[in-house]
Amino acid sequence: MSRLSHLQALEAESIHIIREVASEFQRPVMLYSIGKDSSVMVRLAQKAFYPGPIPFPLLHVDTTYKFKEMIEFRDQFAAQLGVKLIVHSNTSALQAGANPFRLGTERCCGLLKTQSLLDALRAGNYDAAFGGARRDEEKSRAKERIFSFRDSLGQWDPKNQRPELWNIFNGRVEPGESIRVFPLSNWTEMDVWQYIHVENIPIVPLYFAKDRQVLVRGNSLIVPEQDFVKPQLGDKLETVRCRMRSLGCSPCTGAVRSDADTLPKIIAELVAVRNSERENRVIDHDREGSMELKKREGYF
Amino acid sequence: MSAAFVEEPSQKFDIEQFLAAEESKGLLRLTTAGSVDDGKSTLIGRLLHDAKGAYEDQLKSAVRGGQIDFSLLTDGLRAEREQGITIDVAYRYFATIKRKFILADTPGHEQYTRNMATGASTAELAIILLDAHRGLTTQSRRHAFIATLLAIPNFVIAVNKMDLVGYDQEVFNRIRAEFEPFLERIGTKNYYFLPLSALKGDNVVDRGSHMPWFNGPCLLEYLETVDPADNMVQAPFRMAVQRVVRPDQNFRGYAGQIASGTIRPGDEVQALPSGRRSKVKRVVTFDGDLKMAHAPQSVTLTLADEIDISRGDMISSGTPSQSARMFDATMVWFDAHPLDPAHDYLVKHTSHTVPARVDGVRHLINVATLESEPATSLAMNEIGVVRIATAKPLFFDPYKDNRVTGSFILIDRKTNHTAGAGMILAAAEGSLEDAADRLVRLVRAAVPEGSQLNLPSDDAQAMEVVRGLLKGVLK
Ligand SMILES: Nc1nc2c(ncn2[C@@H]2O[C@H](COP(=O)(O)OP(=O)(O)OP(=O)(O)O)[C@@H](O)[C@H]2O)c(=O)[nH]1
Ligand SMILES: [Mg+2]
Repeated sequence: MSRLSHLQALEAESIHIIREVASEFQRPVMLYSIGKDSSVMVRLAQKAFYPGPIPFPLLHVDTTYKFKEMIEFRDQFAAQLGVKLIVHSNTSALQAGANPFRLGTERCCGLLKTQSLLDALRAGNYDAAFGGARRDEEKSRAKERIFSFRDSLGQWDPKNQRPELWNIFNGRVEPGESIRVFPLSNWTEMDVWQYIHVENIPIVPLYFAKDRQVLVRGNSLIVPEQDFVKPQLGDKLETVRCRMRSLGCSPCTGAVRSDADTLPKIIAELVAVRNSERENRVIDHDREGSMELKKREGYF
Repeated sequence: MSAAFVEEPSQKFDIEQFLAAEESKGLLRLTTAGSVDDGKSTLIGRLLHDAKGAYEDQLKSAVRGGQIDFSLLTDGLRAEREQGITIDVAYRYFATIKRKFILADTPGHEQYTRNMATGASTAELAIILLDAHRGLTTQSRRHAFIATLLAIPNFVIAVNKMDLVGYDQEVFNRIRAEFEPFLERIGTKNYYFLPLSALKGDNVVDRGSHMPWFNGPCLLEYLETVDPADNMVQAPFRMAVQRVVRPDQNFRGYAGQIASGTIRPGDEVQALPSGRRSKVKRVVTFDGDLKMAHAPQSVTLTLADEIDISRGDMISSGTPSQSARMFDATMVWFDAHPLDPAHDYLVKHTSHTVPARVDGVRHLINVATLESEPATSLAMNEIGVVRIATAKPLFFDPYKDNRVTGSFILIDRKTNHTAGAGMILAAAEGSLEDAADRLVRLVRAAVPEGSQLNLPSDDAQAMEVVRGLLKGVLK
């Protein structure tokens, strides 16, 4: 008899997770990073509570180094959806001049992302925070539970995770502790793109290839966004047909050469691709196991 | 994942054709299990590599001393890479033209049995690895036993490291002869013995030339063709209510993921614990109302009658679920703090969380001998049959009939730890409270809302009335 397709099975699983959280926690919040995974996650939340509204706010941790197109997209998206959007930035660090060039990517991320996120979660007194991370993205993420416990300092202890059997989730926490929830845990990059295509989910135009002015630095293509990035010796400013495979802060996310200006072309490109999507993220490669270290400290 | 066995895109990439092919692919969830160092992670790494399911940058970062260390494709934690062991489950994803796979690579170390159980709990197939050189260990038996308790429907018994025993058929046969009676005794279903070398790749994706004496399909071929788990579409309808969706006065829906069975508008259902009956009015989703939905879809049901239903309640039809405040279950204990009948626990069962006690350990199961032994507690990683008493009745099916409505976790109320996992066997017989509960539900289901039940004093007439009511229940 009938079986669900793999996308339908993933969708059903994610909706189940999102509903559990909304019902079991006092103050859940959904992290919204403006990227493709967040877009899928928000769509799943819409589906989970339909015909009711999404019963929790979205939270965007803004490093202020995002692409302008991302911020425009974000504001329009939240307004259309009619959902409450909270934007949080680590203003004191920014006032003190935090940026990736002065501090290096590791410290910059620590302040503008991890610290900022922890502050925002504490300020909102949130006991559960959804993130759009997937296990296929990176080797320490592959290890994380769907309900991932955080102590009162927001830290993850990967060597001591709660057992998680079947689809029964233990969301019990004491005041100050919290759970990070990953409804897209079992989705792959390919699943996400197929779902965006099938469901017609709007995404930031940066994902689509077009001719862009970029700084060519070795193998990386850097988009000189809003003068964040200062050209270095040896950089060449060129017009290259390219797109973003994943979206982060503009100074630390490279573009990839691509002709894929439609969803079918992106999917076709993915079929042939030989490297993982985070390859172009500077931050993951600072040190062996750097994602795990950041995650232990509270990064998503 | 994307690249495995998918045709290289031609100039004319037909997305519709591609998506249609993708849609026809099923999903198979599988887990590894077995003793520490038997080669589980190496096998998963080898499978990903040979099936072209690993990205180049990931392979590059797994190179040690000029060679790929396949175990590093899944052992992603710093501590794991330093110690060369697996501590917690890693999930990996890959696809072939036939199927999509979710792989859980679990740790063999006894200390991390709970993480093995985590990975195995959702699996439709378990690969139990045995080391051809070292032979069977208690841990091999424990993992096979836990995987069987979890009712995983398919097993590959992979006799690994055949390269270390000269690919000798005798060794394979000997291990098989030793393990098979154990599997038969614990009731393992559909097992397939397969000799392989994860390190060298024999019988993983390619057959290799070292074991001409073995004719069965190699691992990947087997994974692509094995029957997946029964998706429970034919079973009686069960849906635990996760949430009442009530955007305004005009809409009241019950949201949940269908645990088993099929539902259509017009179907008669019963709500538990109230026992009230009603008909399904609509099967609501964001993508429009459905004419039919089945397990494991997530849907929202509206009913024809206003009845009191809240989170944790069960909507069901067909053979009724059992209801009891006292039941027996097989438990696997996870917590460092041993099971304690004097301690306060919570049972989380479907979307229902209720205070609970352990009303005694009936017996412990010795994993090496499979003998039942008397016990008063279960220590970490021990398995036994316990009696659970809950503050409110649970609505369940035996785990062997329904993995969703038959499973629960026990949460320690002091530490919030997930202390153990339980698989329900049956309601405890002869509990007065449970009998009363059941009677109340039976009467409620029979008597129309609001009516007074007045049984005539004459027995024959009273029976006539009761018979009429029962007819209503049974129709
Ligand atoms: N000769 C030989 N060695 C193997 C084979 N498979 C694995 N090994 C080696 O056995 C050791 C343990 O391998 P792992 O894959 O880490 O074992 P594991 O079962 O994942 O171990 P845990 O996860 O810690 O329980 C490593 O040194 C592997 O290289 C094989 O087929 N042949
Ligand atoms: Mg391992």
